[in-house]
Order: sequence, then C-alpha cells, then structure tokens
Amino acid sequence: MGAIQPKVGEPISDEMALVQAAKAGDVEAFEELIRRYDRNVFRIAQHITQNREDAEDVVQDAFFKAYSNLAQFQGQSKFYTWLVRIAVNEALMKLRRRRPERTVSLDEEVKTEDDSVPREVADWSPNPEQQYNQAELREILDKTIHGLPATFRTVFVLRDVEGLSTEETAEALELSIPAVKSRLLRARLQLRERLNKYFQRREKSNGSQQKPSSGDVNQ
Amino acid sequence: MKCSEFLHELTDYLDGVIDSPTKAELEEHLAWCHNCYVVCDTTKKTIEIYRDSQLYELPENLRTRLRSAIVQKCQSRKKAGPEGTTQ
Repeated sequence: MGAIQPKVGEPISDEMALVQAAKAGDVEAFEELIRRYDRNVFRIAQHITQNREDAEDVVQDAFFKAYSNLAQFQGQSKFYTWLVRIAVNEALMKLRRRRPERTVSLDEEVKTEDDSVPREVADWSPNPEQQYNQAELREILDKTIHGLPATFRTVFVLRDVEGLSTEETAEALELSIPAVKSRLLRARLQLRERLNKYFQRREKSNGSQQKPSSGDVNQ
Repeated sequence: MKCSEFLHELTDYLDGVIDSPTKAELEEHLAWCHNCYVVCDTTKKTIEIYRDSQLYELPENLRTRLRSAIVQKCQSRKKAGPEGTTQ
C-alpha cells in the first residue's frame, strides 16, 4: 500500500520578491499574494469556524493583519505558513466569540481515549465517493468533519487538505511535532470511523453490512 | 508486531516518512492482518476523499469582492503614513 501523494503547491521562488515589494508599500504585489492564498485561507477558516460569514471575515482580517504586520515577517518560514498562523488565530477568535461557553484552544488535551481505536472494521467499496452525487458527498464530508474537536479538525485540514508538512503545521499552530502527529492520527482515525457508515461495502445477497471481526485491531 | 503498534505507526506509514526496517515490519503485519489492512486502506481513502473533495471552494464573485475589500483597506493604511506601514 503506497503512501499518500502530496498535492503540488504553488511555486514559491518569486514569493520573497513579492513580500519585499509589499513590505515597501506595493499593494499590487500584496494583491498577488492574496490571489495565491485566498482560497486556502477561506477553506481553513470555514473548517475552523464552521460558518460561512465568519470565514469571509477571517479572510479579510487575516490578510489585512498580514499586510499591517509585514515588517515583522523575517522570512525564516514560508510566507504561507506565517499567513496560516495568522488566519488560524483569527478563526479561533471567531469561534471563541461564537461559543463563549466553551474555551477553544489548540493545545488543550482532548480526551478521546477510545475514540480513535477502530471499532468498525469493514471494507469500503472500491470507489466510495462514487456512491453519492457531488452535493450528497459534500454534505457527508461536511457533517463528518464538523463532529471533530476543533484541534483535530485544524490539524487534519492543514496537513491533509492543504498539504502543509508536519513541521509547517507545528509552526503554524505553535504545537510540538509529536502533538501534531498524535492529533493527526486521532483525526484521521475518527474521520475514517465516522465515514464507515456511508462507505462500507454492503453485501448484495441480504443487504446486511459486512460484520467486523472485532477484537483483532485493539490488542 | 501487535495491531496497536501498527496503529501507532500508521500516520508515518501513510505519509511515507518511515525507515525501511520499520516499513518492512509494518508491511509484514499488513500481509496477514486483514483488519489492519482494512483500517490502513480506509484511512488512506478518507484522506484522499477529503483532499479531493473541493469542500468549501471560494466562489469567484465572493473571491473578487473579498479581494477588493482587502486591497482597499491596505491602500487606506498605506495612505495613513509611514507609521501605518511598519506597525
């Protein structure tokens, strides 16, 4: 079984030149940086806030904050990683405002003792996404990822959807590398478990689902 | 190798950042443990489905509107003077 193939990112060779020009006050250069990353920032923001209006605000606030603080960007990390860090913080602030009863912090320990241990072990159809039309599939994926704690959702989105490396994710979220890895594993396994009910292969003969032979996985 | 040890290494295995001896051990485990094979395979599919899903695409008209609003704010800040551009 092969490893996951990462998405190919945008070329970054000329990026520092754009950042330098923007630092010197060239708004058009900054506009080019917005064009490169606005889709990513919107996706991340929507995943964290789970709200379209908040995500729109986050895109505006994050880019404006980045522009206003460009002098502080020293170029030790990629511009995108630095921008993601700003966007994640803005999105978390929105989430906290919306749900003041629950403090949301990325470095809180989330108790999921049993959540990540596979309970349902059933084969999926060869092309599970083709069982549903685009709209149905999006609804399933949206509903499923919404159920995850914010900290898992964020790590999963940065690593697996946006294609940041583990190191970049750790830097953007100000988490240690082991913390990123542990959250990523839990996020992936929990999502897999939750998607099981939609994608598992159904027996044609009697319509019943294939039963997992429990006990083997959790030794 | 136990299934719990396999699970512990699953993320690094799927990301292809694992040393050869450990990879060989994991694949030996996968060869006989059907449950771990299924968990590994369906976890990989989970990642691929989300990655390819185009969930939360930014519509082009909204994109243009947001970009104009940001650029306008940046220009106002620029006009505000040298203090405004350096924080």
